[in-house]
Amino acid sequence: MTQQLKLKVNGRDVAVDAHGERPLLDVLREDLGLTGAKYGCGEGQCGACTVLLDGAAVRSCVTTVADAVGMSIETIEGLGEGDALHPLQQAFVDHGAAQCGYCVPGQIMSAVALLRENARPSRAEIIAAMNGNLCRCCNYPSILAAIEHAASPK
Amino acid sequence: MSRHTLTLTTPYVLEAERYELRADGLYRFDPDRRAFVQVLGASLVIAASAATASAQPNGGRRRRGDEQSRTESLDQRFHIGADGVVTVFTSKVEVGQGSRTQLTQAAAEELRLPADRIRLVMADTALCPDDGGTAGSRTTPANVPQIRRAAAAAREILLALAAQRLQVDPSQLDCREGLFADRSSGKQLTLAELAQNDALKSLLQDAASGEASLADADQWKVLGTSVPQVNARDLVTGAARFPSDVSRPGMLYGKVLRAPTYNATLQSLEIPADPALSGVTIVRDNSFVGVAAGNSWLAAAAIDALAAAAKWDNPPHPSSDELFTHLKKTASHDGDAWPRPRVDAWGDGAQALDSVPPERRLAADYTVAYIQHAPLEPRAAVAQWNDGQLTVWTGSQQPSRVHSELSAAFQLPADRVRVIVPDTGGSFGGKHTGEVAVEAARLAKAAGKPVSLRWSREEEFTWAYCRPAGLIEVRAALDDAGRIAAWDFTNYNSGESGIRLPYDAPHGRTQFLAADSPLRQGSYRALASTANNFARESAIDELAAMAAADPLAFRLAHLADGRLKDVLTAVAEKFTWTERYARRAADRGVGLACGTEKGSFVAACVEVEVQPGGAPRVTTVCQAFECGAIQNPANLRRQVEGAIIMGLGGALTEQMVFKDGRLATASFSKYAVPRMADVPQLDIVLLNRPDLPSVGAGETPIIAVAPAIANALANATGRRIRSMPLIPGGS
Ligand code: FES
Ligand code: FES
Repeated sequence: MTQQLKLKVNGRDVAVDAHGERPLLDVLREDLGLTGAKYGCGEGQCGACTVLLDGAAVRSCVTTVADAVGMSIETIEGLGEGDALHPLQQAFVDHGAAQCGYCVPGQIMSAVALLRENARPSRAEIIAAMNGNLCRCCNYPSILAAIEHAASPK
Repeated sequence: MSRHTLTLTTPYVLEAERYELRADGLYRFDPDRRAFVQVLGASLVIAASAATASAQPNGGRRRRGDEQSRTESLDQRFHIGADGVVTVFTSKVEVGQGSRTQLTQAAAEELRLPADRIRLVMADTALCPDDGGTAGSRTTPANVPQIRRAAAAAREILLALAAQRLQVDPSQLDCREGLFADRSSGKQLTLAELAQNDALKSLLQDAASGEASLADADQWKVLGTSVPQVNARDLVTGAARFPSDVSRPGMLYGKVLRAPTYNATLQSLEIPADPALSGVTIVRDNSFVGVAAGNSWLAAAAIDALAAAAKWDNPPHPSSDELFTHLKKTASHDGDAWPRPRVDAWGDGAQALDSVPPERRLAADYTVAYIQHAPLEPRAAVAQWNDGQLTVWTGSQQPSRVHSELSAAFQLPADRVRVIVPDTGGSFGGKHTGEVAVEAARLAKAAGKPVSLRWSREEEFTWAYCRPAGLIEVRAALDDAGRIAAWDFTNYNSGESGIRLPYDAPHGRTQFLAADSPLRQGSYRALASTANNFARESAIDELAAMAAADPLAFRLAHLADGRLKDVLTAVAEKFTWTERYARRAADRGVGLACGTEKGSFVAACVEVEVQPGGAPRVTTVCQAFECGAIQNPANLRRQVEGAIIMGLGGALTEQMVFKDGRLATASFSKYAVPRMADVPQLDIVLLNRPDLPSVGAGETPIIAVAPAIANALANATGRRIRSMPLIPGGS
């Protein structure tokens, strides 16, 4: 049964009429027009759909929209401040960390969660945190370099 | 050639003349048969939708059908804006390989503009000249020069116009950064000013790409530099709209009913009285059954309800266990059959083997499994009908081919179909066909509303065409001085690119035999070249071992001077091959391989670590690559790195496992692709040859990875693995 669900997305309160069992990913993309989070597998294996729920990186394809009610949802669209890119977004640009770029929103959201938790992760910690995010263009060296750069003391 | 196993109405054509195989389309709808369109519940009205009025009409800058528009007039190629920005139109697509940036550089170079004054409109059949599809690493050798020639011709026209306006001779003018300046008086005109000149449009209209001079590589200002990806900002903010992100007013979400097994045919489908089907458009047309609903969750539920009611006929289907026997059994040796066997023999051919004593002969069979491209963005399309006019946004490397598939499937004249390919998630040779576009269009036609269709990961694994599996038989012999005396190489099914022997051998034969493929197969990054290089470079190491020679020295002794030898020497030096080969141990092995494909040259050295009971680990890949004059060093490096890492998957773990017509590896949890933790140390040497024409680089860097690893494993363990993937179970 569809019901009205109140969500908090990128700091704004929004109401959607949706069946609570629908994946959060679908509701973000199809109902709210936030297409930054991508579908890559629908089963938590690729990370393309990564968004933050109360600051933690989650796979929105295996999170129901009902489970996201009452939590703060952050997507790639909410990351920058106006025209200014978030430091991780800037690092991805500077290091050419996108080939096709389809995985990139998910990569960046996973990295944001990591760096909020641990501002100076070691290389091994970055790899452990990012290993759930597939890049089929296999642009991993540039992605790793971008995250290491964003995590290095300025 | 028998058909493969999907229900098809067009014959399977394997084009052995081409550099790649192609998969055929999935559907042909019968226009004379009334499709069964059903709407249950009251919420959906089938009617022409006013919401589609915003679709742009066809017949814009360029109509299709003029074949490769090598002689297109310049106004079809360029629009010079009053803001001094030049828009370039091309049918090429961007799928992560960097074509958008590279073609921007090409135009900027010859127009003598900075890259940010160029804008590209790509892959819109209503707007862009048909420069062909994006495949076979052709953008660099074919389209970059094509755009450069057109840009140089446009520059000459602009110079002449500026000279006329300034009343000086064109030779008096400097053209730089959008300024046309008279060297003596200092008087100047801007590109923006010239763009407002009424004469410009007709001058461009009347002119074709001419013989205007192109800048030599050592004079390049924009080409040859690491221009950053032009759309990087949109990619990191989520603003980029991939095909699966396209949205149209009133759009529905589609889903297609798939067969439970590979060659199943639908026997019957009674539409059940299931609430999941309420308000859903259901379409059945020949073999096609699909739905369109308000969101993808509803569409999936509706398909589940239909799947539960569908009855199928499931004839037998070869399993992956018996695949290579099947390929050999069904191989076509018939010289009159199509596709014909491709045989190339020299010296005394394969007979020369008979005169060599058995202890100096090698007989080795290599196999290569089917693998999937598994692009992170599955194939996707949004289709919209507007007064019999069809517009489809889809991810494809072949806009023109998808256009033909759509016009054939719906019996539409070419000018009633428009295909737009937004920059698409990486495809790796996997998105040449238009099945998802046809499916979306069929659903949209029935629903009377735009429909978005995106294949699931499981559909992508199961129903997309895959890289061909192959069986390769190598028979070879050494003479008594330890040199190759004869070479016989037969590839069953996987294709002939990279089949030629680059080493000196007085007698030999290579042949490619087509066979019946149980799965849909088609192109893939470097396609058959990976299989042929795997077999050849493994066999060369086996021969080197037989001759008790260092694999590097053995190869160098059989190679003439030239580009292949250059990359091999460069990689051996960077890797310090000679020392590391001497230091090899049971837990640590090194291997190398080299090859050439599509005019570029690659050699790789790898180190593997083998722990008892554990999975072997590739610790280092060192690779040298040469593709002529380098056009964008940073992008080239990323292409080489990406190809190597992608190649690790096919080399080590990736394979399609199927039995009784069911795929056992239809998810990322069952089909392991490389992740960040799998990336070894990469040492890359890019050899720049400004004296040579540039060729493509997205494919060849993948071909040496698997054989170099196989050789390193044999080097460490003494055991030769002759199948790809090398360690399917991880150990
Ligand atoms: S789409 Fe959610 S993890 Fe792959
Ligand atoms: S850049 Fe293409 S999937 Fe990561």
